[in-house]
Amino acid sequence: MIVASVISVPQLIVFIVSVVIIAIGGVGLLTARYPVHAALFLVMTLFGVAILFIEEGAEFLAAVQVVVYAGAVVVLFLFVIMLLGVDREEIASFAGDTVRVGLAGVGVVLILAELFVVATGAWATGAHSVAGKLSSGSNIGVLARSVFTTYLLPFELTAALLVIAVVGAVILSRRMGVETTTLDSSPIESGRREVEQ
Amino acid sequence: MGSDPLLTGHITWMVVLIVVIKVVVAFIALMVSVLLAIWIERKVISDMQNRIGPNRAGPFGILQSLADGIKLFFKEDLVPERSDKFIFKLAPYLSVIPAFITFTLVPVGGIVDIFGHRTELQVADPPIGILLLLAMSSISVYGVMLAGWSSGSKYPLIGSVRASAQMISYEAAMGLSIASVVLLTGSLSTRNMVTQQLGTFFGFIPHWNIIRLGVIPFLVFIVAITAEVNRPPFDLVEAEQELVGGFHTEYSSIRFALFYLAEYMNTITMSAIMVTMFFGGPDGPDPQFLHWLWPVIWFIVKTAIFFFIYVWFRAALPRLRYDQLMDLGWKVLIPVMLVWLLVVAAMRVSRPLGFGMVGLGIVGGLLLYRAIAVGRERSASRELARPSRAKLEPPQDRREDRGDS
Repeated sequence: MIVASVISVPQLIVFIVSVVIIAIGGVGLLTARYPVHAALFLVMTLFGVAILFIEEGAEFLAAVQVVVYAGAVVVLFLFVIMLLGVDREEIASFAGDTVRVGLAGVGVVLILAELFVVATGAWATGAHSVAGKLSSGSNIGVLARSVFTTYLLPFELTAALLVIAVVGAVILSRRMGVETTTLDSSPIESGRREVEQ
Repeated sequence: MGSDPLLTGHITWMVVLIVVIKVVVAFIALMVSVLLAIWIERKVISDMQNRIGPNRAGPFGILQSLADGIKLFFKEDLVPERSDKFIFKLAPYLSVIPAFITFTLVPVGGIVDIFGHRTELQVADPPIGILLLLAMSSISVYGVMLAGWSSGSKYPLIGSVRASAQMISYEAAMGLSIASVVLLTGSLSTRNMVTQQLGTFFGFIPHWNIIRLGVIPFLVFIVAITAEVNRPPFDLVEAEQELVGGFHTEYSSIRFALFYLAEYMNTITMSAIMVTMFFGGPDGPDPQFLHWLWPVIWFIVKTAIFFFIYVWFRAALPRLRYDQLMDLGWKVLIPVMLVWLLVVAAMRVSRPLGFGMVGLGIVGGLLLYRAIAVGRERSASRELARPSRAKLEPPQDRREDRGDS
């Protein structure tokens, strides 16, 4: 077989296991009836992708994947789901809505076509593979060097953007907090005055 | 994978067997130390509170936690009717497994020969090293959070929401303090952290990170870690006076035992991580006989000391209020650690720059403190100037009036 000559058996096993995890997670995410279950399936998919990253020798990306996506982003999803109390059965679905189903189908076909082109056509990308193993040095070192030299400006701009977002969120939430306390406390206060009178 | 000499060459069945043995031995050692740790904790706390403590099962009651474990194992296993069954059963494992995986990172001893293969005395030495600790501590949030949510009951839900907010808040301070160690080591691997700390200053002061980094990262780390594993005085998650039993109120039998196990595994692991990061790991005086054994003994002694400190915390400190907890995390630990990270980075460049950065940090901190105080006074006087608002909303909100602690 061609596949067997390119990658070794353990690698193939790891690949199959992680792809199965990713696929179950993805399908489960779409079909889960409860939002919390859907979020957990998302975590499963993220883990599968992290395993693939490790197999490709990108350990740092795998760790970041788990720390940032599984550890922060999905926890935040869960937090919102629990606090807003939407942890009930989700009935909204667009089965039967022909236009939306059609659009989703077109999207899937386009993605599959792009994957086919990337996988088979060296003429499209100029290389047989768009990704490859790093040639030298530890991969954290290589990553750090490129982030702090070649891509320093985008990196710093992203940092500034994130700070602006955090400050904005704090200001918005505090202003909302002041308004709601005034709104909430006034009827209580007037009610208490009536009682006193 | 990693820098373990065992895995650099050709991978034979023997190598796989050694890895399996290491995993099993580490797991059993951790289990036994959990049994002992629970007994030690109960005994020490009893002593500090002028009680006797467990003294029936075995000599000095040393078999007490074994007896408790057997009892819990044979108790009836309840699953509440309104719970989410699958997640309810899944949650305890999400607490235990990260606790064990974190322990695999810890270098227990030096490099030894087993069956003719040279290997490091630690289960795994991946190149991402300490990042795995961060990853696992973010996964263990799921265990607590899902346990509380899936119980289908109010107190566990409140406990788990508190827990997740607390764990996420303190992860930031913990990450920054780890970053300062990584900055000094120049590597993420725990083995490199330990080898970097070998040697002494002037022949007698150990060359450990706690001295090389100044004491501040260690203090931030120990506070952040205590909050991260929900140990007293940060055990708001299971504050029994307010929340019955916190996130594991509805758990019974072996599932409850798993949470209990996870808590002690985490405590021991974090003591071990602290020893690795700040106290030289297995580093210590080495008499020339039994060359491989001494590092292990030093490691165990140091870890035991930190475990004892945790127990001491529990006996000595009252639980924090929730707003104090959040203030400590966000307004004290994170700013202090951010400034200290800059100081460490500057010290790496040159000493004058480092001391300059210390001065800059102090001046900046004072300015910021003054600015916040002025802002508070202004808003307080504005509140007083508007009689209607002042009456509706007294300005001395509990969270607003403190500024120093």
